[in-house]
Amino acid sequence: MKSIKIISVRIALLGFISIILSNCERNLSGDVDFAKFPSNPQVFIDGFSGGLEYFPFGGSKLDAFTVDTDIRYAGTASMRFDVPNVGDPAGAFAGAIFPDNGGRDLSGYDALTFWARATQAATINEIGFGNDFGDNKFMVTLNNMPISTAWTKYTIPLPDPSRLVEEKGMFWYAEGPENGNGYSFWIDELKFERLGTVAQPRPAIFAGQDEVIETFIGTTINITGLTQTFNLESGLNQTVSAAPAYFTFKSSDVDVARVSENGVISIVGEGTAEITAVLSGVRAQGSLTINSLGDFVPAPTPTRNPVNVISVFSDAYTNIPVDFYNGFFAPFQTTLGGADLDIGGDKIIKYTQLNFVATEFKNPTINVSQMTHFHVDIQIQESIDPGDFITIELGDFGPNAAFGGGDDSSGRVTFTNTALTRNNWISLDIPLAQFGLTSRNNLAQIFFISDATISTLLVDNMYFYK
Amino acid sequence: MNQRDQCKLQTTKRIGLRFFAVSMLAIIVSCSDYEQTVTTFNELVIQDEFETNGEPNTAIWGYDIGTGTNGWGNNELQYYTNRKENVTVQNGYLLITARKESFEGSSYTSARLLTKGKFEQAYGRYEARIKLPWGQGIWPAFWMLGADIDTNPWPGAGEIDIMEFRGQDPNIVLGTVHGPGYSAGESISKSYTLKNDRFDTGFHVFGIEWAPDYVNFYVDDVLYNQITPADVPGEWVFNKPFYILINLAVGGSFVGSPNDETVFPQTMLVDYVRVYK
Repeated sequence: MKSIKIISVRIALLGFISIILSNCERNLSGDVDFAKFPSNPQVFIDGFSGGLEYFPFGGSKLDAFTVDTDIRYAGTASMRFDVPNVGDPAGAFAGAIFPDNGGRDLSGYDALTFWARATQAATINEIGFGNDFGDNKFMVTLNNMPISTAWTKYTIPLPDPSRLVEEKGMFWYAEGPENGNGYSFWIDELKFERLGTVAQPRPAIFAGQDEVIETFIGTTINITGLTQTFNLESGLNQTVSAAPAYFTFKSSDVDVARVSENGVISIVGEGTAEITAVLSGVRAQGSLTINSLGDFVPAPTPTRNPVNVISVFSDAYTNIPVDFYNGFFAPFQTTLGGADLDIGGDKIIKYTQLNFVATEFKNPTINVSQMTHFHVDIQIQESIDPGDFITIELGDFGPNAAFGGGDDSSGRVTFTNTALTRNNWISLDIPLAQFGLTSRNNLAQIFFISDATISTLLVDNMYFYK
Repeated sequence: MNQRDQCKLQTTKRIGLRFFAVSMLAIIVSCSDYEQTVTTFNELVIQDEFETNGEPNTAIWGYDIGTGTNGWGNNELQYYTNRKENVTVQNGYLLITARKESFEGSSYTSARLLTKGKFEQAYGRYEARIKLPWGQGIWPAFWMLGADIDTNPWPGAGEIDIMEFRGQDPNIVLGTVHGPGYSAGESISKSYTLKNDRFDTGFHVFGIEWAPDYVNFYVDDVLYNQITPADVPGEWVFNKPFYILINLAVGGSFVGSPNDETVFPQTMLVDYVRVYK
C-alpha cells in the first residue's frame, strides 16, 4: 500500500551540472476503499438469504411460491412453485421476482446456478435475474428452459459481470400451464457462482441477422433479438436474452440515426447508417442498416365525423378488430410487410414485393350496408410506368359470415398508371356501388393487387363512410 | 479426476531450461500415498518457438495431406492441406485452423504437421504450450507415432497421445498409449480435468516424460498419470524412436461430427514445441 507514487524521474545533464527533475503526482491513495455492495452469492439455499424479498406478478397466482422442506435437492428446504391450471381463479400463471433491494455486487461471479426438477417434463417460459420491478436495467432471461422430473443443474450465465456492481434482481421467473394443466417444480441451491468455465461469448443483436430497412426522419425502432451466448463446461451453448444496457451501441452516422442506452434507434436525418453493438469488447453478430428517405409527409388527416365512419386502419378513428394486414397467402403471394411503420406515432402500412395482399377482419365481419364509400390513402415510392396498376378488391363472406359456403362475393376497382403519381399521397374515395358486391353485410377482406407492376406501397386511413 | 493422482512435480525443471545442463538426474516426486521415480530430461535437443512468420520450419515439420484411408482411420471429416489458410506461423504462434469449406470432396479443411523423417527420438521430455479450439466435433491432438510405422503397421508401431481433446468437453484432456493388444477402444488412457478453467481460454503446457520403463503425462505443473510396462496388456513398444504429430481433426469416431452450433473457423494456437533428452 502506498499513498504517493513517484510517476517518473527524469535525469537531465546540462553541462557540468546535473539536475534531477522529479515529477511527482498524487495517485489514488491505496488507503481509500470504494464503497462496495455486499457480494453475498447465496439467493436461496435452505431459506431466504439476507435481504431477499418475494413479490409475485400482478395477475399471477399469488401463493404459487412456498418453501418446501420435504422435497429438496440438498440441505433442509427448497423453493416450490405451483403453476395453476388454466382457469384457476387464483391466477392465470405463476411468476415472481426475488429482489434484494439493498443491492449486491455480483461482478465476481459468472453464472447464476441452481438445481431444479418438476412433477412432469415441462418448459419454463422465462427464468433469470435482474428483474427488480424498477428499470430492469440488467435483466437476463433464459427462455423456454426445459425441466424434467430428475434433479438437474442449470447455469444462467452473466452476460457481463462487470456491469453488475449494484444489482437488486436476484431471481425471477414466469411460467404458465402446460397444455392447460398446472404442475409443480422445485428450485434449490440457488446462487451466483464463479465457475471459470463460462467462455467463448457470442453476443447478438437482431437475432444475429444483418437487416436493412427504409424509413423516415422521426421514426423510432427498438433493437430486438438481444442475446448473449456462452459455451458452458458441459459443452452446451447457452443463450440468454440480455437487456440493452449490457451492450454498447454504435451508429455509423449519428446525423442519420442515434441509439439510446436502452436500445432505441431514433432517425434524425436523411441518408444511410449502420447500427452495430459490442458487449464486453466482443462485437455482436447482427446489424441494422437504415436507409432514411428524409422527411416524411403524412397522409392527410381524416376529418369526417366518426359517427359516419367504420375504420379499418387509421390513427384518426377507433379501428375495428383486424385479424391481419398481410395474410401471407401461400404459395402465390410474394408480398412482405404490414402495419410495421411508426413514424412519430403515425402508424402506416408498408408493403414490399407486392403482388397481392389481403387485410382480413372476420372476427367479426363488418356491416357496411349503410356506408356509401371506401376511402384509402396510398403512396407509391417508385417510378410509375405504362402498365402499372393498383387494384382494390373488397370481399364479403355472405350470410354465413365465413369464407366459402357459396355465398361469398367480391368486386374490384382498378387504378391504372395515368391515375397514379409517385412519392405523394393519393387519396381514393371509391363509391361502394362500383365494387358490385351482392352483399355488404359481412365484409371481411380488403385486397391490394398490383401483379408486381408496383412493388412498394404505403397505405394509411382505410375506412368506410357515408 | 482423482485428486491424489495429481502430484506436483517438485523440481525446477519446468523453468525454461535452455542451457546445457547436467546429464540425467534422478529425483523423487513425493505424493501422499505413493512414490514415483522420475527421470529428468533437461537437455534441449529440438525446439520450435514459432518466431518466424509464414510457413513453419521445413527442417522440423512435414505434412500429411488429404483424407488418408477412412479419414485417417477414424472417419475424420477434414481434408488436410498445407495451405496458409490451414497452417501458418504468426506473431510467435503456430496456427492450425479448421475451416468449414468444400474442398476436394470434403466439407472441412485443416492441417496435420509431423516430424517424420525430420526428427525422431526414443525417450525424452516432449512438451508443447497450446491454446485449444472448442466446439462439438473439434479434435485437436499433440501426439507421437513409432517411426517404424511404414514397416510395422499400427498399432504395432505404438502411439503416445500426449494430449487429445474433445471440443465439446472444454476442460478435459486425455493422455493415452496404444500398442499391440491395447489400441483404440482398449488403449491405456486417462483424462485430466481442469478445475474452474478451460483449455480453450488460455495456454496450457501438455507434456510427457518418457523413459525406457514408463511414460509420465503432465498438464502444466500437474503430473496426472504414469504408464509402465506393467500397465499394458501387451508388448511394451515404447523403446524405439517416435516422431511428433500436431493436428486439428474435425469429426470422427472419437468426437462425433460437428453440429449446427459448432463455430468455424476454429484455430489451435501452439506457442512452442520443445523436446529434451
